[in-house]
Amino acid sequence: MIIIKTGSRLHLFAGLLTGIVFGFLLQKGGVANYEVLIGQLLLTDFTVIKIIVTAIITGMIGIYFMKARGIVELHPKPGSIGSVVIGGLLFGIGFGLLGYCPGTLAGAVGQGNLDALFGGTTGIIVGAGVYAKIYPLLKDNILKVGKFNKLTLPEIFNIKPWKMVAISSIILILFLLVIEIVGY
Amino acid sequence: MGFNLVRWSPYLVGIFIGILSWLSFWISDRPLGASTAFARTSGMLEKLLTGDRVLQNPYYQEYKPVIDWEWMLVVGVIIGSFISASLSGQFNVQFLPDFWVANFGNTVVLRLVISLIGGFFMGFGARWAGGCTSGHGISGTLQLSISSWIAVVCFFIGGVITAFLLY
Repeated sequence: MIIIKTGSRLHLFAGLLTGIVFGFLLQKGGVANYEVLIGQLLLTDFTVIKIIVTAIITGMIGIYFMKARGIVELHPKPGSIGSVVIGGLLFGIGFGLLGYCPGTLAGAVGQGNLDALFGGTTGIIVGAGVYAKIYPLLKDNILKVGKFNKLTLPEIFNIKPWKMVAISSIILILFLLVIEIVGY
Repeated sequence: MGFNLVRWSPYLVGIFIGILSWLSFWISDRPLGASTAFARTSGMLEKLLTGDRVLQNPYYQEYKPVIDWEWMLVVGVIIGSFISASLSGQFNVQFLPDFWVANFGNTVVLRLVISLIGGFFMGFGARWAGGCTSGHGISGTLQLSISSWIAVVCFFIGGVITAFLLY
């Protein structure tokens, strides 16, 4: 039971509205700021981790609840070790140099940061374009290395989804508590 | 509700982003994400320059160079951030982040070069990994996707090492 069909004008409008709320929240959270993002990577400011982990806990509980009731469908990304480890580390190099990630970069542009607009946006578009060029060489080789057959943790550990959600929530809440106690 | 405040608690923001993800799955059948918008833009620009030949690229057959939900989302993020920053008086056109100036001085060209190179690695790496800090880092992890959990750990390992080398 999904409300708006893909491909309609209304669907695009829903994307725009979702983005406006997302951008508003990112800016209010401070994560459109270079200082906050680079502070996370220098391990002096844990705002980014706090927002991400809280969003994961909240999102996970709601999404798995709605999935159990047949309201939403999951879309776990397929992938492989060759894809997420190499791509992830390359992304990390970019993250450290640029100091924004694709979503927060858009947030930085919205609050007036020209390095995000001229440097970051151009770089990401060119980088994604070059990747598209070499993708045919990678897709049947390195991207297939260590392919995940089971996509989600409940399937991998063979336990009921709600149990995995409960365990993950507890671990993530403890993680946030540790960050607070340590003083970040 | 404090729309004019400069900052909201990260926990409050996180909870709202979590709720936003419920709505985006429910209403649009889409997880929050950002990096495919840049890949599609790249395809659209190439199409503009070289014509329909770009459509033969297997990558653009998977990610068609058209405006889609996620592309509109990224446009929305710019607008939403602008609204938030304007309400709190934080909107400010500046090239160099203050933290950059404090460490590297007034080096506009250096910042431009570093952010271009950083952006390149980010766009390249995000598409190699199949997602970014939003698509993997929030939407994938909250679905308990194994690939996303590994990806986000690698994002931060690479990011922390690079940031420490830079500063």
